[in-house]
Amino acid sequence: MREVVLARPGDFAEWRDAARALLAGGVRPEDVSWRTADEGASLFGDAAPAAPTTSVTLPRELVAMTNRVICHRDAAVSARLYRIVWRALRDRQLLARRTDPDIDWLSKAEKAIRRDIHKMHAFVRFRRLGEEAGRESFAAWFEPDHRILRLTAPFFQRRFYGMDWAIVTPDARAIWTDEKLIYGPGGTKGEVPDSDVVEDQWRTYYGAIFNPARVKIAAMRAEMPKKHWKNLPEAQDIAPLLAGAAARVERMRETAVSLANPQTDKWRTRVPETLALTDEIETLDELARAVGGCTRCTLHCHATQAVVGEGPSAARIMLVGEQPGDREDLEGRPFVGPAGQVLGEALAEAGLDRTSLFLTNAVKHFKYEPRGKRRLHQNPTTGEIDICRWWLDKERALVQPDLIVTLGGSALRGVTGKSMGVMSMRGVVHELAGGTKLVATIHPSFLLRLPDRARAAEERAAFVADLALARKLAA
Amino acid sequence: MAEKMILEKLGLLADAAKYDASCASSGTVKRDSTETKGIGSTEGMGICHSYAPDGRCISLLKILLTNFCIYDCRFCINRASSNVPRARFNPQEVVRLTLDFYKRNYIEGLFLSSGIIRSEDYTMEQLVEVARILREEHRFGGYIHLKTIAGAAPELIARAGLFADRLSTNVELPTAAGLQSFAPEKKPATIRKTMASVRVGADDAIEASKGRLLKKAKPPRFAPAGQSTQMIVGADGSCDDDILASATSLYSGYRLRRVYYSAYSPIPDASSDLPPVRPPLMREHRLYQADWLLRFYGFQRAEIMEGASGGMLDLAIDPKLAWALMRRDIFPVDINRAPRELLLRVPGLGTRAVDRIVAVRRTGKLRIGDLAKLTASVKKLLPFIVTPDWRPGSLTDSASLRARFAPPAEQLSLAL
Repeated sequence: MREVVLARPGDFAEWRDAARALLAGGVRPEDVSWRTADEGASLFGDAAPAAPTTSVTLPRELVAMTNRVICHRDAAVSARLYRIVWRALRDRQLLARRTDPDIDWLSKAEKAIRRDIHKMHAFVRFRRLGEEAGRESFAAWFEPDHRILRLTAPFFQRRFYGMDWAIVTPDARAIWTDEKLIYGPGGTKGEVPDSDVVEDQWRTYYGAIFNPARVKIAAMRAEMPKKHWKNLPEAQDIAPLLAGAAARVERMRETAVSLANPQTDKWRTRVPETLALTDEIETLDELARAVGGCTRCTLHCHATQAVVGEGPSAARIMLVGEQPGDREDLEGRPFVGPAGQVLGEALAEAGLDRTSLFLTNAVKHFKYEPRGKRRLHQNPTTGEIDICRWWLDKERALVQPDLIVTLGGSALRGVTGKSMGVMSMRGVVHELAGGTKLVATIHPSFLLRLPDRARAAEERAAFVADLALARKLAA
Repeated sequence: MAEKMILEKLGLLADAAKYDASCASSGTVKRDSTETKGIGSTEGMGICHSYAPDGRCISLLKILLTNFCIYDCRFCINRASSNVPRARFNPQEVVRLTLDFYKRNYIEGLFLSSGIIRSEDYTMEQLVEVARILREEHRFGGYIHLKTIAGAAPELIARAGLFADRLSTNVELPTAAGLQSFAPEKKPATIRKTMASVRVGADDAIEASKGRLLKKAKPPRFAPAGQSTQMIVGADGSCDDDILASATSLYSGYRLRRVYYSAYSPIPDASSDLPPVRPPLMREHRLYQADWLLRFYGFQRAEIMEGASGGMLDLAIDPKLAWALMRRDIFPVDINRAPRELLLRVPGLGTRAVDRIVAVRRTGKLRIGDLAKLTASVKKLLPFIVTPDWRPGSLTDSASLRARFAPPAEQLSLAL
């Protein structure tokens, strides 16, 4: 029987060196007895060899786990970890075998350590010691379940670089001063101040943020176990808060309905008036304001905003699309999304200056189907297009273009009021009532949906040709 | 004297802030005070520094700058017509409280909201100013969550995004009709527009950092922990389907990290048309479960509603189980063969348990005894799964299956 005596329980380096030496000697786990220095020497057994020899390669994840789990207070932790390392060297799949008893133990032990670390990050409460040359210093007493101080101190260093602090635990202490982190021996609660001026504010906050109408004690205790309460200044208020909760809710119920605060009317004069929806729309600006309140169909319920046309009111050519897409809906401007980009490039190729055109849509609100983190475009119904024509007609009346280019079927319906096939209308100039010319073409988003490259290039050329026709007609 | 004033204000303005459920401090970028030699860090995972007896975590100093408000939202403790005492912090006082609490490790940071005073823009400016002082004058690296005031100018929202980790705009009630009658000043369109400007700000920051010429140049930041919102449950007549419809639409449009559901709880000096009842905590819980099914379990809203009746989720059993009881044709599922998406549909299996099962079954067949090591509730799984040593037989289709899970009906107390 080999005997290993560890002087510093929870110290990873010491255990690792001992384990390396044993592995190098091929010592089987069942032939080692692990013990800590304060446990008294056993009567039998040889001391472990001091000199570590060959290096051992283990999965990185296992090394990291071992580094944490060695802090566990389970008396058998050194022996168990050695057995797991021994087995891991012979079975590369070992860590993935979650149902193996050793790995089950390891993951539970690691979970306990992680939880303990997390609770220490959360429940350490610093108390102020003083201030010197503008640098404040603080101290805290904490009692973790396991020997985790060395695993948690770096967190406090990253967080509280700009102040001096010390955390004292029964096993060890960590001190951050002069921009250095040092460890020392364990201490007692008496070494840390027993109060702090800010604690009154903290307790006031704790009491005020508690909602007496929704008491859930089990939920609180699951996350903030009672064992921590003695070192949490706010915990002394839990019992009185709970005792008074029912009465507070009852009081709220009894005194419910009272008269309005006498200041109400005075304060509320500041509330901005929303603009009334008027029929008297004489400029594009007025139209833009009025459309914001449009509830003629249900599309306004889920869209961000109505998107009206954009461009000079003296524009000769008006381009009508279908409806705003995701990007247009967010920004409140027409043709700023992917289809707008395709359109912009095609316009340039056709020799049209985008800024000289009036760009708008047949339907002013975005219609979509929510799908996870995206909104999928949905075609507007003919009913929706027809209802929204009210706005399109207003835009047409204000801009009075010589020529309208409709992009896609919805736009064609929006402008003409009839459902017609875009393809049969293409390439020819039509005349609308009142003498406005009409050129019908496809919607640029159609080009984005074509998977076949050759076909897409062909369609794009036809689209540019349609736009070029519009340019010629308007010239 | 000044200290006493602070205590009084803190009591009032924290009390007024507690109806906002969000206390998350997670999901932001990593920050470390070593760089600034100041105070404050964020490491991705949030930390709950305390828990109140209402079971809610306390991670942030959650306060209002002021509870004066020109709006008159009937469900709100701070509405103009309420008789609650009013108070107002100045930005410096909030900064000091935040730093004092932070240095004692009470909190992860600040969640600052406010009643609307003077105007939406003025109020937003004040909130941004507190965040600016913390970041610029005190090199504060902790978490900052700012409420975005719906209707504030997009430039102010953009500025808030520079300093804050998270921004949130509350939709309050799921339907436009509810908002119209309970919060006449709040317009759904204004709220959505504000959320849209937060999303556009975040998208622009991502685009800008992709387009950097020098990789070393610091990427622009915009609210790295994203945006969230809150809906009040049980104040108006909206059903669960309305609430989930609103949530799915918001998740899809504005990339929300979270929608919080807050059971309406009675407030002091409440308006007369609100229910003076106990908050519907179980309904709130079921909505959160449904929300998780939508986001992490591949469920569509329509599927969740299959297990509901009249647009309301079953209060006695969880929504996944309610769905499974309606869709027994899919079950039992073979634990050793079913694809991940199907395992996620098994009542009692969470995402983590599913990940473990998928990993472990590569090394050998899983039996019932093994499952106990991978998940907490094997008993709940039994009617829905098959393993080499277990077949549910007629259990899956048994008429009493619901009763097996639903808590027994509460006995009427005799001492009424």
